[in-house]
Amino acid sequence: MFFSYFKELVGKEVTVELKNDLAIRGTLHSVDQYLNIKLENTRVVDQDKYPHMQSINELLMLIKQSKTLDFPHLQLSVRNCFIRGSVVRYVLLPQDGVDIDILHDATRREARGG
Amino acid sequence: MASGGPALESLVDQVISVITNDGRNIVGTLRGFDQATNIILDESHERVYSTKEGVQQLVLGLYIIRGDNISVVGEVDEDLDARLDLSKLRAHPLKPVIH
Repeated sequence: MFFSYFKELVGKEVTVELKNDLAIRGTLHSVDQYLNIKLENTRVVDQDKYPHMQSINELLMLIKQSKTLDFPHLQLSVRNCFIRGSVVRYVLLPQDGVDIDILHDATRREARGG
Repeated sequence: MASGGPALESLVDQVISVITNDGRNIVGTLRGFDQATNIILDESHERVYSTKEGVQQLVLGLYIIRGDNISVVGEVDEDLDARLDLSKLRAHPLKPVIH
């Protein structure tokens, strides 16, 4: 079910937080049945500054700042990346990509086994 | 999954940057992969990050990395990568993945 859900989010901007505390933001390119994720136009978001994520402006500022700072491991020369499903901790979704009612129904249906 | 999945097909024979679960960064040419994300890396080297000195590169050669240990596979833009001055790049080593 989450596989099909993520498929609908393709093309949207998401932030993927990994289990090594790295957070990568990018456009969702594709997902597969293991929930491996491919992102395009990626940039690394500085984890420590996450509490400020509420406002979009702040977030954009943070992205600009973090570009040259803490995690050069993936920066500049990596624009597209493949993230193994097993290392994903969270996926932060765009607000408009979530229809809570549909998700509610789908999870209930799944829980009932049909 | 026959199609649509984010397999690594499009990256074969390209230079990629792999971040492993223990936080290491290995750069090399992708020669092959399978459904478990096991990968074959040719002409690979490890980039060791530290805050004290620039990035050190250790030559590894031909490597097979078991999929279990892979966190991220990044497509490297070789032009941009060549322009990076690794000797000036300083960073904390990445944390390992904790499941």
